[in-house]
Amino acid sequence: MQYLDNYLQSKGGYDYTNVKRNELMKAQGFKEMPFTKTGTTIVGVIFDGGVVMAADTRATAGSIVADKNCEKLHPLAPNIWAAGAGTAADLHHQCAHFNAKLKLQRLNLNRQSRVNEVITKLTTKLFPYRGHIGVALIIGGIDSNGPQLASVSPHGNYVYHPFQSMGSGSLAALGILEAKFQDGLTKQQAIDLAIEAIEAGIFHDMGSGSNVDVVAITKEGVDYRRNIRQYNAKSHQKQIPYQFPANNTPALRKFEFNFEKQELSEVGQEMEIVE
Amino acid sequence: MSGIFEYNGGSIVGMKGKNCIAMACDRRFGQQMSTITTNYQKVFKIQDNILLALSGLNSDIHTFYALMEKEINLYNLKENRKMKPTTFANLVASSLYERRFGPFFVTPIVAGLENGKPILATYDSIGCKSDLDDFQVGGTGGNYIYGACEAFFKPDMSPEELEEVIGQSLVSGCDRDSLSGWGGVVYVLTEQKLTVKILKTKQT
Repeated sequence: MQYLDNYLQSKGGYDYTNVKRNELMKAQGFKEMPFTKTGTTIVGVIFDGGVVMAADTRATAGSIVADKNCEKLHPLAPNIWAAGAGTAADLHHQCAHFNAKLKLQRLNLNRQSRVNEVITKLTTKLFPYRGHIGVALIIGGIDSNGPQLASVSPHGNYVYHPFQSMGSGSLAALGILEAKFQDGLTKQQAIDLAIEAIEAGIFHDMGSGSNVDVVAITKEGVDYRRNIRQYNAKSHQKQIPYQFPANNTPALRKFEFNFEKQELSEVGQEMEIVE
Repeated sequence: MSGIFEYNGGSIVGMKGKNCIAMACDRRFGQQMSTITTNYQKVFKIQDNILLALSGLNSDIHTFYALMEKEINLYNLKENRKMKPTTFANLVASSLYERRFGPFFVTPIVAGLENGKPILATYDSIGCKSDLDDFQVGGTGGNYIYGACEAFFKPDMSPEELEEVIGQSLVSGCDRDSLSGWGGVVYVLTEQKLTVKILKTKQT
């Protein structure tokens, strides 16, 4: 049966060899460590001529802040971006996978990617996994059908709406969006609205925090502003920074290994062709 | 029975300096409340300029390290060149995510030097890579070491100062964690040298 293992390994996809062992351990009473989640507040707003998406930058592992400045806005295509909430590993790897898949398709068909393509591909991937791939995405982009904004839930449900919010801070953000959204906003008005919605999430939701990232997508191109607002800068400086004298920490033994400076290249040496 | 990650115990920490990078780990290998040995290796040299630190379930530390050794050896043979630290960091993320629904119970930290620039990446157990911070922690004592790192860390430290700071952070953090400790090892990597220092702590 070795050939089956090799075939599945080369085919790619998920590896389920540890599942039985892990289930046994859980049955014995062990608890797993929490995965890094993105808590999150993400929003999308359609304006006249494009789409604006914004996100906070906090990643949590249980109640600890695992990453104070992570990136939640992922490019899927030059004209389509995704904002993600949910399990951070799933978001990162699924978005990278779709980015590559769409790029291959563009190279094959010589056509711009469309938002509805992305939605279809995503939902058909997510539905069979019954929500176990924890990605809740807002997909926004501009293509031949104009600016579009949709949200996708982990179970494979999708909704098109001129403004969206997802994540643990979505209710706080939705309050701002419902009150202040109008049709026919300008780009700057849409950016300001999106930032205000994220702010509401950052201050009212414990799972969201730190800074705000914004991306505005129009026919002309993409305007990505990383950390456009920062609310969490260190307010105090250490008066006297710690200064440890050398060899302060006592050691039992010390080793040194010298090696040559590493030559890191993109391509290896030329092969020698032997006749 | 507590968590799977608390079964064996252990702590690791990585820190960036000026054209150098440091990694430190404790030396305890336990089974819940008992200590089996006090010289367990948790930091592994993958290549001259790449270090991999692993914390979590010791059996998975061993398995995952063996898997990464295999990958890098095959890479060296197939591509006939050394692997870049950023490439290795991505390899670790993909290998962990491959087992998304049956994960290895490890939280790795990858440290490397790429043309003089320090690279530091940490992951949760399913491969969420986080590589923008100046220091990273892992293991049962990780949260305590976070506090010490926030206080002691300065950007752009020299290798000698970095060795002191990471050693003190590790020891301070592990003192507050019953499942970590029994010694510490500090690895400082510069472009042409790897220095390994075995620390004298309260119970070595």
